[in-house]
Amino acid sequence: MQANHTCAVRPSRHSTSTHSTSATGYNMLTDHEKELIAKIWDKMIPVASDIGAECLLRMMTTFPGTKTYFAHLDIRPRSPHLRSHGKKIVLAIAECSKDISSMMVTLAPLQTLHAYKLRIDPCNFKLLCHCILVTLAAHMGDEFDPVAHAAMDKYLSAFAAVLAEKYR
Amino acid sequence: MVEWTDFERATIQSIFSKMDYDDVGPAALSRCLVVYPWTQRYFGNFGNLYNAAAIQGNPMVAAHGKTVLRGLDRAVKNMDDIKATYAELSVLHSEKLRVDPDNFRLLADCLTIVVAARMGADFTADVQRAFQKFLAVVVSSLGRQYH
Repeated sequence: MQANHTCAVRPSRHSTSTHSTSATGYNMLTDHEKELIAKIWDKMIPVASDIGAECLLRMMTTFPGTKTYFAHLDIRPRSPHLRSHGKKIVLAIAECSKDISSMMVTLAPLQTLHAYKLRIDPCNFKLLCHCILVTLAAHMGDEFDPVAHAAMDKYLSAFAAVLAEKYR
Repeated sequence: MVEWTDFERATIQSIFSKMDYDDVGPAALSRCLVVYPWTQRYFGNFGNLYNAAAIQGNPMVAAHGKTVLRGLDRAVKNMDDIKATYAELSVLHSEKLRVDPDNFRLLADCLTIVVAARMGADFTADVQRAFQKFLAVVVSSLGRQYH
């Protein structure tokens, strides 16, 4: 995210942390950010169904076009389908957050699934990511401060980008 | 002309009537500058934007955040003609300030997250939908006079 700025001063991230190279080959998240992300998702694991269902419900309510991918499921609020599907998504994101540098390896099966079977238009990943951020904010309040938000947004963007890599 | 349901109108009025603009404005703008650092390109004369703490403590950022929220209030008070309400501001952002209109969407997303954090469970999926619809109209209106 340290792209070229035309402003007078360069922002820096927490300067005491090192930048680890992600498995995709570029510096993206500091060690501090990776810890922060892993900590947040670790807390979500026990409530994965609730959190996952909420993310999906927010996405399908705010962006109705996303419902087109769920014709085969009962997507009413509190439906068991929504909870079990939401749980899968949250657990995959949480699992991956434990070792972000190995993202490409961890996500290889999901890449194949999304590219050849699900074929979800990748623009929708952004919509779900946004709703995940909203869900985290609603649950964490002030604790979801701008630094946590920035780290999480970067992580989810990278996750989505990796998921779409086998599309073409 | 945008059609608003009773629920949508009531939701928007309720959220903004309870909102402390002087708290939420600075929070949303500073969050945008931290999460999307390239947006800092428009604030070269705001002084120290060197890191998240500096941004969040910067008085010029805070003052501008309040200005932005007060501008948003105009749409809250004129929901039936947001496009006309923002015609001049749209020209200003396009011709004088030269702001890439995608930035309006980024700020709107940050505002959504700030409001979600403040409202917690009350920021339900339906409330989110209404809020985001409102902001989408605002964003579209602000981008309308770009040519």
